[in-house]
Amino acid sequence: MSTPTTAATPTQEPERIHAIPVRYPGRWVSAVVVLVLAAMVASALITNDNFAWPTVSKYLFSEPILRGVRWTIWLTIASMVIAIVLAVLLAIMRRSGNPVMRYVAWVYIWFFRGTPIYTQLVFWGLITVLYPTLSLGVPFGPELIRFDSGTVFTLARVAILGLALNEAAYLAEIVRAGLQSVDTGQSEAARALGMSEGRILGRIVIPQAMRVIVPPTGNETISMLKTTSLVLAVPFILDLNYAASAIGNRNFQPIPLLVVAALWYLAITSVLMVGQSYIERYYGKGFDAHTPAPRGRKRRVPRQAAINAAGTAADLGPLEANP
Amino acid sequence: MTADVPMVDMVGVHKWFGESHVLKGVDLVVPTGTVTVVLGPSGSGKSTALRCINQLEEIGAGSIRVDGELMGYKEGTRGGKPVLYRLHPKVISRQRSRIGMVFQRFNLFPHMTAIGNVMEAQVQVLGRSKAEARERATEVLTRVGLDDRMDHYPAQLSGGQQQRVAIARALAMDPELMLFDEPTSALDPELVGEVLGVMRDLARSGMTMIVVTHEIGFAREVADQAVFMADGVVVEHGPVEQVIGAPTEQRTKDFLASVL
Repeated sequence: MSTPTTAATPTQEPERIHAIPVRYPGRWVSAVVVLVLAAMVASALITNDNFAWPTVSKYLFSEPILRGVRWTIWLTIASMVIAIVLAVLLAIMRRSGNPVMRYVAWVYIWFFRGTPIYTQLVFWGLITVLYPTLSLGVPFGPELIRFDSGTVFTLARVAILGLALNEAAYLAEIVRAGLQSVDTGQSEAARALGMSEGRILGRIVIPQAMRVIVPPTGNETISMLKTTSLVLAVPFILDLNYAASAIGNRNFQPIPLLVVAALWYLAITSVLMVGQSYIERYYGKGFDAHTPAPRGRKRRVPRQAAINAAGTAADLGPLEANP
Repeated sequence: MTADVPMVDMVGVHKWFGESHVLKGVDLVVPTGTVTVVLGPSGSGKSTALRCINQLEEIGAGSIRVDGELMGYKEGTRGGKPVLYRLHPKVISRQRSRIGMVFQRFNLFPHMTAIGNVMEAQVQVLGRSKAEARERATEVLTRVGLDDRMDHYPAQLSGGQQQRVAIARALAMDPELMLFDEPTSALDPELVGEVLGVMRDLARSGMTMIVVTHEIGFAREVADQAVFMADGVVVEHGPVEQVIGAPTEQRTKDFLASVL
């Protein structure tokens, strides 16, 4: 038996406790079970010829697939950027004192959340048929400018626009939740300092709301990555999913090509998740003592100096491991 | 001219929150360069009265003048009758920027360091350059004894330090009036002294201050005028020795007996 003993003399450094840790045999058992199961899954995947692994490796880095990957990434990024800008606008409109703005935002969100994305994409694809020419002018009155809608609405633009407009409606609610999460004392303090409502939003409320907004937006971005496969509805046929299934149909090997596409989606998702964790750390600064801001362009506090000055080195220990 | 005009002149101020009538005709005169403490039980409307002065609450009736300027409205005539025109939010923001406010719960911006908090409104509202704002921020943070904590985030500061940063943030705007809404109520007892110390120095420097507080000792020592409020009205007001030392109203006596 090793019972902890305390130091006899007060002047000496007390003897540290070196207790025998509790044993957790269940952890070892579960590790073995998981390893066996993983081996079974791996062997079931590798030894099954139906997956045609040589075909997978043949096409994984082939030019049409890589082009599909590039297009899918572009569709995701472009549509998300547009959607985020629109969503912030919509969320602000929904909180606006102007009833017209509030109503417009409400109707937008109602419509774009309320109809299927596939249907929306089909309609956006048909826009050049529904409106062969576009003209700017007085409603029901004279025209001022007129141009061919086919030159404005290329298939890629239509695909990006269609995805973005739909996504903005969902993101708007995420942004609104973020704005609501910020303590009212914050805007009150800013107001008492004489800041205008616009500055309060941009400098005080939105930066704090981002902490709440980023995780679900990361979710939406990853979801968007997969939703881009629906641009076939436009029809836009250069994205990863279409590229892979086209090859699969042509050589009568759909399964290995589906695996190729899945591996790429998984890889891109992994990269997005890493990016998200960096963004979360950036907006977490000041909120969580254990999540320091990453080294940015701005000169930040010399952390160690700050910690030493505060005399809180013990509590903030883990900070140093991950500066 | 300004010597005759009080810094704050509230006349018959009423405030309703929906059905509830929380201020029922409050009159308050605060001469320039003096310190007024507002005492009273919770729910008496003292915080609301303070918040009305810098228009965080819109008043329902009466008028508030700060340094002679009517807050929130412009007087005019329409069809020969006197009317009030609501001021544009930009003008209201300008009026507020001349009044510093310190909150019970500090309300520091958590995503900015101490010096960032103090610089923000100087740059955004007064249009000072970053260098000017930094210089002024360093000055006021030194004044409240926090020159060694300037690069800390609020979460890394104690409550007393946070409240001192909040005072510095208000002072950096060079206000002509400072409002304190129970500035020590959210602090641990051992941290109250450091905040009161800063406020005492501020009062000695001649700042006009209105302080809603339960710190009777501080009131006796620093204040020129004491106001006792209950149920949305001013029950008693006068020199601090008189209101705290020899109150005439029974409600004031009962309240003081309960807090002393």
